[in-house]
Amino acid sequence: MVKRHVVGAHYGLRDWLVQRVTAVIMLVYTLGVVAFILCANGASYEAWQELFACTWVKVVTTISITALLWHAWVGVRDIWMDYIQHVGVRLTMHVLTLLWLIGSLIYMVKVVWGVA
Amino acid sequence: MQKARPKHLALWQIRLPLPGIVSILHRISGALMFAAIPFMLYALEGTLSSAERFAAFKECIAHPVTKLFLLAVLWAYLHHACAGTRFLFLDIHKGTDLKTARVTAYIVLAVSLSLTAIIGALTW
Repeated sequence: MVKRHVVGAHYGLRDWLVQRVTAVIMLVYTLGVVAFILCANGASYEAWQELFACTWVKVVTTISITALLWHAWVGVRDIWMDYIQHVGVRLTMHVLTLLWLIGSLIYMVKVVWGVA
Repeated sequence: MQKARPKHLALWQIRLPLPGIVSILHRISGALMFAAIPFMLYALEGTLSSAERFAAFKECIAHPVTKLFLLAVLWAYLHHACAGTRFLFLDIHKGTDLKTARVTAYIVLAVSLSLTAIIGALTW
């Protein structure tokens, strides 16, 4: 009989990939914003407002910040998993982390889509 | 097969090599930015608000304490992005030999710190 030691929930590869895909999304978005600021010569109040009035900018920003929040979830969860041994405390930190990120997600939608 | 192993985790005695310093700073900068997310969204809201609120927002970020906080987040972002890009290249087996790895680690530290200093000086 083969003895199998099944370890873990097998979400490791998926999260590893999520971490990298979201990182690339954020890098591209960052380069775009930096290019805008450099081209718009410091980005005046009007130019910045006009930029974020475009629907496609709002869509791209929403995607990028969502990628950021997902990226943060994987990273911060790794930190708790590495340093917190006590299961109860770790679970509590996971829940608080999720609440922090979901709250940020809702706030982000308000900030990005709230302007005319 | 449980064995009680001696542990030596005297953190102040362990001298990390340069790539190790970049790595732990990558984690620290990530944790810092995680804590800063809602505040940075608040800052974004400030830049997108009406002209009157924008003026009030400008006054708020002109305060030295706010500026130092924003510069800390800027450094964290730059270090995290530079170190992260380095890790992406390591993932595809680029720059894994010791010499290159040390040079790129040094570049990551230098670029993020000097860009933070330059932007800080320009916006102070």
